[in-house]
Amino acid sequence: MVKLLKMMRENQERLLTDWLNGLKAIAQRRDLISDVEVREQARKILTLISNPPPDTVLEDFSSEGWQTVRDQLMAISISRVAHGSSPSETAQFLFSLKPPMFKLIREQLTTTPDELFREIDVTNNFIDAMALHIAESYIESRDKVIARQQEEMLELSTPVVTLWDGILALPVIGTLDSTRAQMVMESLLQAIVQTNSRFAILDITGVPTVDTLVAQHLLKTITAARLMGAECILSGIRPQIAQTIVHLGINLNDIVTRSKLADAFRLALDRSGRTVTQKPGNHTPVTAPAAGVS
Amino acid sequence: MERIPILRIGTLLLVTIQVDLYDDLALRLQDDLSNRIAELEATGVLIDISGLEIVDSFIGRTLANIAAIARVLDAETVVVGMQPAVAITLVELGMSLPGIRTALNVDLGMEYLRQAATGENGVGTDHYAE
Repeated sequence: MVKLLKMMRENQERLLTDWLNGLKAIAQRRDLISDVEVREQARKILTLISNPPPDTVLEDFSSEGWQTVRDQLMAISISRVAHGSSPSETAQFLFSLKPPMFKLIREQLTTTPDELFREIDVTNNFIDAMALHIAESYIESRDKVIARQQEEMLELSTPVVTLWDGILALPVIGTLDSTRAQMVMESLLQAIVQTNSRFAILDITGVPTVDTLVAQHLLKTITAARLMGAECILSGIRPQIAQTIVHLGINLNDIVTRSKLADAFRLALDRSGRTVTQKPGNHTPVTAPAAGVS
Repeated sequence: MERIPILRIGTLLLVTIQVDLYDDLALRLQDDLSNRIAELEATGVLIDISGLEIVDSFIGRTLANIAAIARVLDAETVVVGMQPAVAITLVELGMSLPGIRTALNVDLGMEYLRQAATGENGVGTDHYAE
């Protein structure tokens, strides 16, 4: 065992060259990651493996002594995710260390077939464990990216806008699942408190489908707003959605609904004692057909 | 014994809940309030719960009861300043408190009650001219 590590230390440069050559032979996407970076990563891994803390054995990859190697693999997987490599490419990176290692062992351990076989077995298992670890880290870092994007999307998709002093609007875009419905409810109620608004318009023009669950979420939001003393108007109900609502037997009787956001806004203005009038003599200009062009 | 103070403003009663409402306290408030409404012939009750951060179904029901009792005694109840978290909790508990009128703050609640008292019940009510 100690012999194997010593062997690795002594032949590190050769191993590295063989490994990189092997990598070059199987690499499909050379544009994703530079050779210099790959070389640096491979060198670090080799150095860390051949110089482990005392009492660390190759048989147990999960032991404390290999923590530095695991951290390094994690860092590599993060950079691979960022570069857009696939999981198998990332695992290939480690698998291609096997041939040079086996070659080295076969050349240097010429004692007994038994020992030769044992060392190859240990090396094989160790590299497999590393590859599994890097694959798992790869998925973990990718999950983190997905989670962050999801969060950003949630924040993007629930903007509360002030239409007028005391009138808020929340255009809901996309399907309302439980998480999003919760976000919508919280941001709307928070905005009601902050701006002291008596009217809130919930516009569902951008919601593709309304099923019983979505309707329930909307009802909850509207009821919560009412409990706080604000009045909610539901707008942007498309004809198909109106039909679905009726067919599903969803009761929207207690809720003020309007088909367009403009209608809802007019209603809110009206209820807060405001009217919109047109100035006399200031009509919207009518675009005349361009003269001289046939 | 801890009590929630009930203030009189003209013919209105103002209750400000600044502490966590536990069951005994809520029941005592219900009791005191019904006595005061009868005694002072109040026309409106304003309950400010902006300081209330924790509610359960019992508190929700007590609020509904207070409103119902006040209505029997010919006074209108407005609950004002409910926190978002409280509103969400009540909705999740399935309590939409349909009998209770709500307002954003004491000002708006007071305005509503004054108008209700003078008969021009037009602010934030169910009937309005469109």
